[in-house]
Amino acid sequence: MPGWISSRIVGRMALRTAAGMSLAYILLPMFFVIWLAFFAQEIPSFPPDGYSLKWFRLIPGNDRFVSGFILSLQVAVVATSIGLAIGVPAAVCLVRGRFTGREAVNNVLLMPLVVPGIVLGIALYVFHVETEITTGLPILGSLGGLIAGHVLIAIPWTVRLITASLVGMDRAVEEAAQSLGANRLTTFRRVTLPAILPGIVAAALFGFIASFGNLEMSLFLVGPGRTTLPIAILQYLEWKIDPTIAAVSVLQILFIGGAMLLTDRFVKIGRVV
Amino acid sequence: MARLQLAGITKRYGDFKAADDLSLDVADGEFVVLLGPSGCGKTTTLRIIAGFIEPTSGSVHLGERDITSLPPWKRNAGLVFQSYALFPHITVAENVAFGLEMRKMSKAEMAPKITEALRLVRLDHLSDRLPRQLSGGQQQRVALARALVFRPDVLLLDEPLSNLDAKLRQDVRVEIRELQRKLELTTVMVTHDQEEALTMADRLVVMNEGRIRQVGSQQDLYERPSEKFVADFVGRSTFIDGRMDGPGRFVSAGGLVVACEGTGTGPTSLALRPERLALMRDAAPALDNCFSGTVEFISYLGSQVDLHVRLSPKERVIVQIQNRPEQPLPVIGAQVHVGWSKSTGCVFPS
Repeated sequence: MPGWISSRIVGRMALRTAAGMSLAYILLPMFFVIWLAFFAQEIPSFPPDGYSLKWFRLIPGNDRFVSGFILSLQVAVVATSIGLAIGVPAAVCLVRGRFTGREAVNNVLLMPLVVPGIVLGIALYVFHVETEITTGLPILGSLGGLIAGHVLIAIPWTVRLITASLVGMDRAVEEAAQSLGANRLTTFRRVTLPAILPGIVAAALFGFIASFGNLEMSLFLVGPGRTTLPIAILQYLEWKIDPTIAAVSVLQILFIGGAMLLTDRFVKIGRVV
Repeated sequence: MARLQLAGITKRYGDFKAADDLSLDVADGEFVVLLGPSGCGKTTTLRIIAGFIEPTSGSVHLGERDITSLPPWKRNAGLVFQSYALFPHITVAENVAFGLEMRKMSKAEMAPKITEALRLVRLDHLSDRLPRQLSGGQQQRVALARALVFRPDVLLLDEPLSNLDAKLRQDVRVEIRELQRKLELTTVMVTHDQEEALTMADRLVVMNEGRIRQVGSQQDLYERPSEKFVADFVGRSTFIDGRMDGPGRFVSAGGLVVACEGTGTGPTSLALRPERLALMRDAAPALDNCFSGTVEFISYLGSQVDLHVRLSPKERVIVQIQNRPEQPLPVIGAQVHVGWSKSTGCVFPS
């Protein structure tokens, strides 16, 4: 066998091994969580004594999980919508506009992604306290304050993904519409928007996921009797480590995975991200 | 259709002038091509006409209207882009309908116009396809139909053939030109391809460094280039550097004394078209100019052959001859004579 053939085979095998190991590294924790959710015994240990669905049956009866899920859902939907309302125009300005400080604005909008969640949480908490003292408005621990925080973590995703799809769009298509008689607004509505729709859907999805799964920042922003799902999971974990947590996680994975598959049916987000 | 007039158009970006005092008058129904290398200002000029760039100074008139500061959507100009720029999410017919829709036309009024426009470009059978289901040539014809359907006052073509392969380019070239004649469209096309420019235009505008260098017919540019740049850019020229040594007498750097029709003095370039030079075995004293030389390089092009002939240590010219079986080709190293009449060379001060 000539040397170059064998070196190609070795190279291909090395690539496959590396890819396989990376994939395993990503999927292994998820695999264990899902496996654990079906263990029969209360204290997780290997090998399992048997398998059961009882942990799943316990979830609907647990008020904290149910109300946590509903709150997380509400916050994520509202925060993502606001994030889009800010992200779309911001991305259009950043990509199409030519103004001083463009780069700075871009960086500010991406900042919440860079700042650790816990730092963001403390900063917002202090800000809420100070604002409440100064103005007397009941911001601290309010639903509005919580949603405002989540808008902050949705924005980097919406701006980033919509920017990417605008950059990838042929500018001439917009110019063609204008030459045909469409003003800026009509051009945006009839040409730009349909072209960047996959980006917008992807942005909504990632904004939603970032908000729905957020723990660190939310810890500082929730008020009495108002608990998001990740916080409910954490609080449960402080007292018990039975497979209920794993079962809740499985449902959460299914929920987000389902959302992704559903959107992918309508818009090929794979082309954007 | 309407007459298009540019008067004193200048576009500055800081110290850089992308367009420098351009004035151009395009008659009703005329096909004018802006020709030049990249960065010469031809695209800037087209975008100023289309309304995407506002000139720093000067005016644009279309028919009776001053459109200098009108936005693109109020200009009534049909635009065809190099990248086709079709709307990817709607069908061919809907693409063509877009301009009519923007003019608030009813569906019933639109239908026959769309069919007619698509028939003009022979694509009426594909009206329900999406753009991505068409070939490049078909897409460009849809773009053309879309730009024509609303009866624009002027048709603007921005390198419309550059993305097509060579064979198709020739077909679409003919197609655009015939359509333009038939509909008597006032047309401005931008291209860097001189062959395209020469075959399509009624009149050509050669541009370089933001300025118009020469305006004229194909013959004007080819036979009477106004300056060295035009002689070099339109067609092919071999340049010999030297100086004018009295009226009609050019002396090259290598010492050749050439009879020509120039009158200037001082440092000069002499431009010679390869196909206008005669290649001979023996000296021909009847010709105004005849020099002996050595063949140094041969390019075989099929119907023609290029010979690179050294006339002096500092001068080498390209001679293009027809490839005929009765005339055997010289070989490299052969001694030949190259001759031309005094009206053949153009001189430009350098």
